Amino acid sequence: MGPTVASNRSVIEVEGIAQLIALLQRRGYQVAGPTLRDGAIACEIINKLEDLPAGWTDEQAPGHYRVKKRNDGALFGYSVGPQSWKKFLHPPELQLVELRRDGASLKILHNHSVFPHFAFLGVRPCELAAIAVQDRVFQGGRFTDPHYDGRRGQVFIVAVQCTQAGPSCFCASMGTGPRAREGFDVALTEIIDSDHHLFVAEAGTKAGAEVLKELHAVPATPVLCQQAEESIRHASVQTRQMDTAGIRDLLYENFDHPEWDNVATRCLSCANCTMVCPTCFCTTMEDVSEVTGEHAGRWRRWDSCFTQSFSYIHGGSVRTSSKSRFRQWMTHKLASWIDQFGTSGCVGCGRCITWCPVGIEITEEVHAIRGGGVNAAPISKGDNIHELA
Amino acid sequence: MPPTLEQPGISHAASDPMRPEPYFVASVSRETHDTFTLSVEPANGVPAAGFAPGQFSMLYVFGVGELPISISGDPEQAGRLTYTVRSVGPATQALVSRVTGDWLGVRGPFGAAWPLEAVRGKDVLIIAGGIGLAPLRPAIYHILRHRDDYVRLIVLYGARSPGDLLYKKELAAWGRSPDTQVLTTVDYGGVNWRGRVGVVTTLFRHLRMHPDKTVAFICGPEIMMRYVITELEENRGVLANDIYLSMERNMKCAVGFCGHCQYGPYFICKDGPVFCYQKLRGLLGKHEL
Repeated sequence: MGPTVASNRSVIEVEGIAQLIALLQRRGYQVAGPTLRDGAIACEIINKLEDLPAGWTDEQAPGHYRVKKRNDGALFGYSVGPQSWKKFLHPPELQLVELRRDGASLKILHNHSVFPHFAFLGVRPCELAAIAVQDRVFQGGRFTDPHYDGRRGQVFIVAVQCTQAGPSCFCASMGTGPRAREGFDVALTEIIDSDHHLFVAEAGTKAGAEVLKELHAVPATPVLCQQAEESIRHASVQTRQMDTAGIRDLLYENFDHPEWDNVATRCLSCANCTMVCPTCFCTTMEDVSEVTGEHAGRWRRWDSCFTQSFSYIHGGSVRTSSKSRFRQWMTHKLASWIDQFGTSGCVGCGRCITWCPVGIEITEEVHAIRGGGVNAAPISKGDNIHELA
Repeated sequence: MPPTLEQPGISHAASDPMRPEPYFVASVSRETHDTFTLSVEPANGVPAAGFAPGQFSMLYVFGVGELPISISGDPEQAGRLTYTVRSVGPATQALVSRVTGDWLGVRGPFGAAWPLEAVRGKDVLIIAGGIGLAPLRPAIYHILRHRDDYVRLIVLYGARSPGDLLYKKELAAWGRSPDTQVLTTVDYGGVNWRGRVGVVTTLFRHLRMHPDKTVAFICGPEIMMRYVITELEENRGVLANDIYLSMERNMKCAVGFCGHCQYGPYFICKDGPVFCYQKLRGLLGKHEL
């Protein structure tokens, strides 16, 4: 990184994050950020600096998640929590249509003339990639989802570069992290050493640059920029990897692989993986009506391909076995997603691994379908399937 | 007197594919013991949405639910959309229980159509099982209206029993049209049934076909479509590129957002429901795909 890079970086102190939150609020944004809740680091609407999980980190492993104290005051000293920003852009439940019957007249109303303005604080590079994936799903095709579109178009994103990787993380092999280069208005790199606790900030958009200017952020020294880049590089060393070489055909050609039977002996079809996944987009529709019969609503709710009802047609469900449902999820995520949206559906955040109650690891399942046992073939350098489009 | 309907003017309305439009039920007629044909007209006086044969709509019953239903009417009859619905569960039961003047929410039409333009100059072989004749009827109407654009029209239709045959009068009338052959069969005949008995593939023995000049449109249960395709490809020499079929899966949104209708790499709702068999080779018949 040369001086030209350094010249557009600036520095803000911890107090600057408080000012950033206040500034975004003054601009009319609801600021969403990480906060400690129910023993996890959640994404919630926050009000002030003190809401951030200062001094907390997370301990993750397959089927395992705990928050624990750090020995510093890092604001973003964790990997990723169970929730993602998906809950704001693609809400878990949303009324799409409201209908009223008044005698002989009928009104079809709907629910999206006003959308919330969100500012996201603390978006990880893998999560930026996940937002880009959902952009393709809801905005990139023949139809645009007005609900997603209305939220997405107004969002202000403050990304935070990763300086530590958890044991579930495999963004480096998916080409989505640990450094974000686009998709944010502002990106921060948190630096904590014996002398400092500060943030190197870079603007990704004009709006981001304006915000940094208004915060009176001072230019970052080349030394500090160097330090920031080195700490991000540190996070690119990840023990977990996914070998994505030829993965689309690999999964299409292994519909009958015995590993699907093997994984089905462990998979509980609980749908946790799909709920925590930042790209899973499937929904179902729910119709509600008041007892008077005058008022009805159509609600969209997150759904999961792990439920039996998901594939129900007259005569019965198509995917009755948990084997077929796991295979559908993983084949969709890693293979058919590429055909459908020009990108993998996996960004390497590792949530499905951490939050699987029995610790199924998607990376290991790919490895098994490649035919490798544990510690078999070395993992090749994957195609960057996030740049296929 | 039909109820009045109001549509508040909301700017996003036109661009929201999830918002149903209000339609009136203009007529309901019984086809069989469990199957009804409903025609609907837009409530706000504007012409009904046009459609291409093979497309479907999402039909919404107030407070009950929404269903994907193929359009079974004449594509050139403006101002009206027609659906043939078999009552198999609570939502379809609610749908067929509508009476003239009731209203329905309608979204669509959606999906890929039968390739009627591309197959001009060919013999069109239409093979349907049960309610599968409904999405093919608009194609038959089109061919009969544009008779010179196609050579022979052959309709092979199978149903469970004589009482399950749809559009009986029309089937007879189509059979009297020039260069048109209509053959029906049932799985179980009754004592009064004097027609053919057997699965739909047994009708092939009555056909003389020109495989290189024939295109087949198929809709019916998946197992039936697989046997028909085997007959066409292996015994009759029809190429996969000349075989089209209409697929069914669970559908909630019809626009590729809900994920339910995925079939391998495809969304049935927007890549189908009509597919060229060439695209589905290797997928059709895969258990629990």
